[in-house]
Amino acid sequence: MSKATFETKITELDEHIVEIVSDAGEGAQAAGNTFAEVCARSGNGLWTVEIIPSEIQPPPHTTGSASGNRIRVGNSPITNGGDLTNLVVAFNEMALLSRIQTDSLAPDVTVIIDDMWSRHDDAQIRQDYREILDDLSAKGAKVWELPIETECQRVAPDSTRGKNMFIVGMLLCLYNKDLEAGFTIVDEMFGARSQAIVEMNVKLMEAGYIFAQQTFAETYSIAPLQDTDNLVAMNGNTAIALGSVAAGYELCAMYPITPATSASHELSDFFEKFGGIVHQAEDEIAAIGVAVGSNWAGKPALTITSGPGLALKTEFQGLTVMSETPLVLVNVQRGGPSTGLPTKVEQGDLLAALWATPGDAPKVVIAPSSIEECYHIMPLARKISEEFRALVIVLSDANLATGRQLFKRPTVNPDLLSNTLDMSPVPPGTKPFDWDPETGLSQQILPGRPDGMWVATGLNHTPEGKINYLSASNQLGMTMRSRKLAVLQSTLKTPEIFGDDSGDLLIVGWGSTKGAIWEAVAKERAQGVKVSAMNIQFISPLPPGLKEAFGKFKKVMAVELNYADDPNDPYITPENRRYTQLATILRSNTLVDVDCWGKVPGSPLMPQEVRSIIQTQIENIK
Amino acid sequence: MSLDIDDYIAKEVHACEYTLDDYTTEPARWCKGCGAHGALGAVQRMLRENNEAPENVITVSGIGCSSRFPHYLKTYGFHTLHGRALPVSVGVSLARPEMKLLTVMGDGDCFSIGGNHWLHTLRYNINATVIILDNEIYALTKKQASPTSRQGTMSNTSPRGSYLEPLNPLSIVLGVTNLSFVAQTASWLPGHMQATLDRAWKHKGLAFVRILQRCPVFMPDAFSGASAEFPAQFLEHCSGITPDKGILRNAPTVAHDPSDINAAQKIAANAHKDLEPLGLLYLNTEVPTYNEVRYSHVQQSDKFAKAELLNQYLDSYAIGNPNEEG
Ligand SMILES: Cc1ncc(C[n+]2csc(CCOP(=O)(O)OP(=O)(O)O)c2C)c(N)n1
Ligand code: SF4
Repeated sequence: MSKATFETKITELDEHIVEIVSDAGEGAQAAGNTFAEVCARSGNGLWTVEIIPSEIQPPPHTTGSASGNRIRVGNSPITNGGDLTNLVVAFNEMALLSRIQTDSLAPDVTVIIDDMWSRHDDAQIRQDYREILDDLSAKGAKVWELPIETECQRVAPDSTRGKNMFIVGMLLCLYNKDLEAGFTIVDEMFGARSQAIVEMNVKLMEAGYIFAQQTFAETYSIAPLQDTDNLVAMNGNTAIALGSVAAGYELCAMYPITPATSASHELSDFFEKFGGIVHQAEDEIAAIGVAVGSNWAGKPALTITSGPGLALKTEFQGLTVMSETPLVLVNVQRGGPSTGLPTKVEQGDLLAALWATPGDAPKVVIAPSSIEECYHIMPLARKISEEFRALVIVLSDANLATGRQLFKRPTVNPDLLSNTLDMSPVPPGTKPFDWDPETGLSQQILPGRPDGMWVATGLNHTPEGKINYLSASNQLGMTMRSRKLAVLQSTLKTPEIFGDDSGDLLIVGWGSTKGAIWEAVAKERAQGVKVSAMNIQFISPLPPGLKEAFGKFKKVMAVELNYADDPNDPYITPENRRYTQLATILRSNTLVDVDCWGKVPGSPLMPQEVRSIIQTQIENIK
Repeated sequence: MSLDIDDYIAKEVHACEYTLDDYTTEPARWCKGCGAHGALGAVQRMLRENNEAPENVITVSGIGCSSRFPHYLKTYGFHTLHGRALPVSVGVSLARPEMKLLTVMGDGDCFSIGGNHWLHTLRYNINATVIILDNEIYALTKKQASPTSRQGTMSNTSPRGSYLEPLNPLSIVLGVTNLSFVAQTASWLPGHMQATLDRAWKHKGLAFVRILQRCPVFMPDAFSGASAEFPAQFLEHCSGITPDKGILRNAPTVAHDPSDINAAQKIAANAHKDLEPLGLLYLNTEVPTYNEVRYSHVQQSDKFAKAELLNQYLDSYAIGNPNEEG
């Protein structure tokens, strides 16, 4: 299929952010995924963000019903969702309005909208449509009101279905992508179901493509990455699911909760082929209990949840720590507290992960900062949990969970994929908590081994595993469990500093905000600003050398997607100000006066926000 | 293959290789006269009769007086959280189907805080013997009303008598789908208790055994003080449990076919007003275990085959390649 056939100007772009929004159920998400998939396969850098309503069937034609996809496509590797949208395709004016209300659109955004609403029977709809578009145009948007529904009807009598593929066709033309690649994806999506559906969607896609050829005099082109060798594209929850398989897990115990669930959906799809099972437990308490029982008995198991589920799992976390049963708990963060913003991103569970367990319960807390790390962190987490007989909490978030990114295809280590149990008799005198007095490390005795019978308990116990209420015994157990974190810390390196290792400002972050922060820092550095960035993967234990590293900057500031008091707000004083969560820990651990910026917009951090933070701070430093 | 006479003697003649001491860690620290002592003894005798190697048994418990059980029984044990013995048991059972599993809980532990797990684990039908030591009171926390406390029970949280009719655990259990074994016995009937535990142990699937348990400290009057006056009836059937009546020698015996769920529900529903049933209420040997259900779909392969498969999955996400699996 040839590209644009009549005279068009092709504009070369480094990158563009494209959004497709519709009412929930109209297929904008599928359209976005299809377009993104074509871009990925053509070798573009990519990051996608899902636009998800919280309800399954919200009232149609409202801002709450907006559903879709935001795709950042570029000619270089892309690490985050980027700034403002350059082009939006809206199925109706309310879907468009929702994007205006979330401040997602660039002032000069190109808007493509179905013009059917301008002729709607309902005068209110006609009026809203006109006002919204006029307002956008006045602010500099370029608006294309196009007869999308009418055009679709020429091909498909029931235009309520398949409009989304017409739009994909238009986008393929607009971005000079291969239409055949789009057909291939349609075939992959629907081929198994029905050939008739494939044909209909292919026809619509082609119609959209041709319609766009006849409509747009200017189209765009985004070159592929320099090196597209050996790359994969997937979202963070898929990466966690595949990473769990790669880590050798054989059981995932879970209870459905957004945004963690899709990782379990993926696992449910293929885990059995790898000898594993997904156990959907009766609640999150049971889910962690099942994983604890399985690990204690020798089958590697993990549990996956989000905020409210993490809350339910606290008592079992204590038992895990006390009985020194290895466990990996993945928490895909969403907005909180309580039910909060269930489908949206936030980094608000850090302190809960660290400290919510009553009593002193030292545990490992680590956070992947990219989708690639979502994969690789799973084998790492398992290894730490088993070598240290520890609870490892992996903090992902909704941005990583649903975003899609290209990364180097991981290589598989078969040795992690077998699980042989040592069932040899236990030598006399071996203790179930044979703590090395230096390191606190010990070996678990798996059930089934002759002469090794012992009882795991949440009560304080001696190295022999016997219940004990004496103060010296309690002090020893606490010390040994805590010591393990120090030992782990001694194996860590000071995190890499992005930029110079001294300067005016160091921005510190953790988790999924790394991409946006580093991009912003790179852009500011290109302007000569003395700013650097650090991403902290190990939050418990914190890596060594932070105090020294921080000392080389005039100011250190944590930037996080969790709540902090604004120092200028009423009643807020330097003494009562509540800091962001990582900042709280960094301040207490390093005694450095780490400042913070924390907001809870429910959307991923944008590089331009970080740039404006940097600019303000640099202004103040001078 | 020639028959080695020593092997033969070891296997057939000395059917019990183990002594009770082999199943004992330390003297149990329950109060004098506590029904848990009797239950522990019955479990130990049952294990010896079944010639179970102690290392092949896993005992999981919750929290309560009753849940100290694993500490006194020489097997592998996990003394978990209040109410949560069953989820841990599910994990253990999925992980090590070749091991024999015993789960011990109290009435508050299982029927109150662990209620959700109770219902759902019955439905999973994991392969385990699940015993509830029901003393009709919260004992470890020093006498608060339990869901099974009879109406009017004086306790520290109901000093003028407990307000509600008790929960009927047998009726609840008999309403759960996938149920495979339900029996009731009493801690002061050693013969009956051991026979019941033995049947439960040999059952494939979840054997739910409620043991009416004396707590002479906080509930001396429960179960008519565990005297011969306790209003009970023994269930009898050729597929049931032999009514070894012990002190309840005057209690009536009624015929009950344990495959009849409706009859079982009727007996259970009348238990409180009428006579407490002792024996096998319900048995269905056809229900598949959770392991059977789940692992029949699971492919077993070696690490290289798994690596190969994982490589295929990763390839399906490669850019430039058609995404078949994604
Ligand atoms: C989450 C939690 N809540 C409360 C307790 C306190 N607690 C310990 S045992 C128990 C009840 C014990 O009663 P029961 O389960 O009937 O066992 P018994 O002691 O009578 O054998 C309670 C409420 C606890 N350990 N954990
Ligand atoms: S308080 Fe009651 S249940 Fe607890 S050990 Fe004593 S007699 Fe047994």
